[in-house]
Amino acid sequence: MKMIATPQSMQFDTVLPLQSGASLRDYALSFETYGELNADKSNAVLICHALNASHHVAGVYAGQDKSEGWWDNMIGPGKPLDTDKFFVIGVNNLGSCFGSTGPMHINPDTGRVYGADFPVVTVEDWVNAQARLLDALGIQTLAAVMGGSLGGMQALSWALQYPERVRHAVVIASAPNLTAENIAFNEVARRAIVTDPDFHGGHFYAHGTVPKRGLRIARMIGHITYLSDDVMNEKFGRQLIAAGKGGAQDDYLFSTLEAEFQIESYLRYQGDKFAEYFDANTYLLITRALDYFDPARTYGGDLSHALARASCKFLLVSFTTDWRFAPKRSREIVKALLHNRRDVSYAEIDAPHGHDAFLLDDPRYMGVLRSYFDSIGGQA
Amino acid sequence: MSDPHTMDALARLVPEGARVLDLGCGDGAMLAHLQQTRGCSGYGIEINDANVLACVKRGVNVIQLNLDEGLSMFEDASFDVVLQIDTLQHLRNAEVMLRETVRVGRVGIVAFPNFAHWPNRLSILTGRMPVTRRLPYQWFDTPNIRVGTHADLGILAGRNGLTVLDSFGLQNARVVRRLPNLLAGTSVYKLSR
Repeated sequence: MKMIATPQSMQFDTVLPLQSGASLRDYALSFETYGELNADKSNAVLICHALNASHHVAGVYAGQDKSEGWWDNMIGPGKPLDTDKFFVIGVNNLGSCFGSTGPMHINPDTGRVYGADFPVVTVEDWVNAQARLLDALGIQTLAAVMGGSLGGMQALSWALQYPERVRHAVVIASAPNLTAENIAFNEVARRAIVTDPDFHGGHFYAHGTVPKRGLRIARMIGHITYLSDDVMNEKFGRQLIAAGKGGAQDDYLFSTLEAEFQIESYLRYQGDKFAEYFDANTYLLITRALDYFDPARTYGGDLSHALARASCKFLLVSFTTDWRFAPKRSREIVKALLHNRRDVSYAEIDAPHGHDAFLLDDPRYMGVLRSYFDSIGGQA
Repeated sequence: MSDPHTMDALARLVPEGARVLDLGCGDGAMLAHLQQTRGCSGYGIEINDANVLACVKRGVNVIQLNLDEGLSMFEDASFDVVLQIDTLQHLRNAEVMLRETVRVGRVGIVAFPNFAHWPNRLSILTGRMPVTRRLPYQWFDTPNIRVGTHADLGILAGRNGLTVLDSFGLQNARVVRRLPNLLAGTSVYKLSR
């Protein structure tokens, strides 16, 4: 029996000031919850999502058997984060395209769709919005906040923005900021989108177009960086598409326009799928939030100084073949926490799958998470 | 080394409430023991996945790290005590790690199997590598990449300018101060910079 998830939405009418100086009023957050909040409200775990995910973290929607949440292997009854013990909250971030207020919604100040005018939101803004959701749910303190990649940045930021409200932060495949190379990848993706003639400066809704070409390329380059060289070679190697269709193994098409290799077909498929459901303005906003995140910035780049505010316990996990959020970036966070004498454990999982590993089922990874949450449960 | 008496003998060298770094902490039993009986805090370093998991299960802070990559993550004198219990014989850069131990810790406590213990000497005299309770492996399947003696470590410490605060042997969980190089299966050194 699969756990049934029910999406909810909460409307907020208090103005949310943003880091940029702009603000949002009349906004909604989509969220889901799993499990039961205990009597003293001490077993809540907040899940923060990464680039293209949503509040649908676990379970399936009624009548839709294949609609598993994006972290369904991690979260649910009897799973590493056990919803029989914990009350788990998934929340969709502002600017996203899965229900929470975003660029495709009406700007109450103008009565028109936001489009490119949706204010730039940061990790810190998201955390502030998430905190308001917790306020509304009557949850003062989180047993844990957890996320991978950009979600890990939010978990880290929670520990800094609301240290008294977090007992444990679980930061997976993340980093204290993006490297130049990482920003460069984001910029290529953004240029692909904004130079698509269908983008119309971000106001494509009014033109009845969707910059799908840009979105496809953005997704393709993103996808490459989430995998490892080894896994891509193992999965696709130099296989030709024709070979898969029963054609001769060594027949090149001698075409520069046709997809020739399996990897090309795979990337095109991923790009097409993504362009069907993801919003171009959201892609720009979320990659920018990634670029801007840098808690050490206000401390002259001194991460140890920045993390001095944190008081919770930490678990960090990285994956050896993740080159987008490499283990050394996680170790920087560990080092800064050690400097501040915070409780921290760090597992470096020797998995072949690159950045994507944080969403997959490596038994060592799942084992560490299960044990960590078991130990939290003991204290709850 | 995991027997409770030996663990206790080593734990007594660690001051109450000390901040401890345990290099090669195994399943975290020693750190858990120090936390429970002596009010210590700290972290273990482990490379092995199963041991990391065991530490997390126990609620002991563990950092997964290859010690052969050094201790650059740790600042000078950032720990009261750095433990190196049955770790030295697994390290490629044992000498560097000895210096690192007393750089990061105000005190370093090193314990390892003493190859000059008399049963080992007897075995060598008969022409065979020893296989004992303390060194239970055959020469061809041992995880230890080196062997050394109680006397050897004293000389290495001296050569690196380290201060030997105390040294003795451990045999059947009892402290051996008379002829430890001959009479003890385990060598223990308490060192500082």
